[in-house]
Amino acid sequence: MSSQVPADLRYTKSHEWVRIAGDAATVGITDHAQHELTDVVFVELPAIGRKVKAGEAVAVVESVKTASDIYSPVSGEIIAVNDAVVQDPALTNSAPYAAGHFFQVRLSAPAEVDSLLTPADYAKQIGA
Amino acid sequence: MLKRTPLFAAHQKLDGKLIEFGGWEMPVQYSSIVDEHLCVRRAAGIFDICHMGEVLVTGRGAEGLLNETLTNDVRKLAVGDGQYSQMCTENGGTVDDLYVYRIAPMEYLLIINASRIDIDVAWLQERICGSPHRSGVIFEDASARLGAVAIQGPRVASFIDLLFAGPSLAGAAADRASSLKKNQIGAWDRAGQRIWVARTGYTGEDGFEVVAPASIIEDIWTSTLAAGHSACIQPIGLGARDTLRTEVCYPLYGHELDENTSPIEAGLGYFVSFDKGDFVGRTALLDQKTNGVKKKSAAFKMAEKSAPPRPGYAIFAGGEKVGDVVSGTQSPSLSAGIGMGYVPPAIAVPGTKIEIEVRGRRFAAEIVKKPIYRKA
Repeated sequence: MSSQVPADLRYTKSHEWVRIAGDAATVGITDHAQHELTDVVFVELPAIGRKVKAGEAVAVVESVKTASDIYSPVSGEIIAVNDAVVQDPALTNSAPYAAGHFFQVRLSAPAEVDSLLTPADYAKQIGA
Repeated sequence: MLKRTPLFAAHQKLDGKLIEFGGWEMPVQYSSIVDEHLCVRRAAGIFDICHMGEVLVTGRGAEGLLNETLTNDVRKLAVGDGQYSQMCTENGGTVDDLYVYRIAPMEYLLIINASRIDIDVAWLQERICGSPHRSGVIFEDASARLGAVAIQGPRVASFIDLLFAGPSLAGAAADRASSLKKNQIGAWDRAGQRIWVARTGYTGEDGFEVVAPASIIEDIWTSTLAAGHSACIQPIGLGARDTLRTEVCYPLYGHELDENTSPIEAGLGYFVSFDKGDFVGRTALLDQKTNGVKKKSAAFKMAEKSAPPRPGYAIFAGGEKVGDVVSGTQSPSLSAGIGMGYVPPAIAVPGTKIEIEVRGRRFAAEIVKKPIYRKA
């Protein structure tokens, strides 16, 4: 099964994606990750206002089989969370890069973005 | 090195996602757990259960030996009948839970858990050595020689006869496989080899379990997928096997049962036959039955939206921790969190309000009657 790796995003080894717009980063999990998890039944997101560090576990996504931590790819403050995916966790599976995104971070260290995986790097990692 | 079943190549071909289970490399899912689960509830599925162990106990001492060693009474079995049973320690703890089939007047087939094969075989051999029946018992661990598949779901009976033609050749008398009654087992031949077909399973659905020489298991697997094609059969992984059995509250060794947990505590007293004479664990089990137990298995259902309950999560009642979850998942049939756990008997009463702690937060749940899911 080939997974989508949109060209306008950056990625982490732990399968999060990041979309940068100004000083805000929108974060979700990749198409590959949702394929691996399948059947997402629960999403727990961080509180708005929480200060997070890059690599910190900030959210949890649960499939029927397992609970997986979601790590913030960047440092900063949580400025928005996606309530729609909390209400309907299946959005993680059906629209991982859009309606199924998780949260937004206001970047406190924008230079971190440069060290995230490029689409080509990530595609290579997942063998896509 | 993980062990692989004779169906390993078949799982790879079907793009099954493989995980470790009890020392075996097994498929956890092919499409998705929810999809496979609902397929078994509505149509048909086939499971690789080659990892499970098969033991043959034969001879004039077999009945006596098994009745000394297991909790249920094998004398209840006519030729071609099967029964669920436990094997206990003197303390009443559970060595394993298993199925016993009487396949001939003096021949019994035991199906045991994959993770317990070595322990069970050693345990049984030790019992044989100490038994007055030892000279009349032939014991064979046939786990490597035999494989097995489970074919489960409401539509299975519509195509099972395509696989095993004609009347049974041994075991229960049946004019065709679909005439077997629940818990019966019969023999058919395929490619010159003897195959045992039992109307049993681990899903709460109608279905069959097929035990055959490992060399022809892949042929049976492939033929079943072809025969069941019009009934929408799918291969089913261990993920859905677990959600299916949890919905109907069937125990899984290592979760509901272990060497510190008795069948009485597990709510399986129905399978303990106190009136058959002495057997290993009888004194301890009778004491528990007469004087009560400290912990009891209870099924529960989440009463609010929450993360799925998981094994190891704490159970609270009245603000205090009262036990632990041993099985838990999101029920695909009910779209709610469900599980089983051990709590004091006073709590293990349907209707009792409890809480399940998930990552430091407690969520409302309620003790419910077993099974958690019943067919409409």
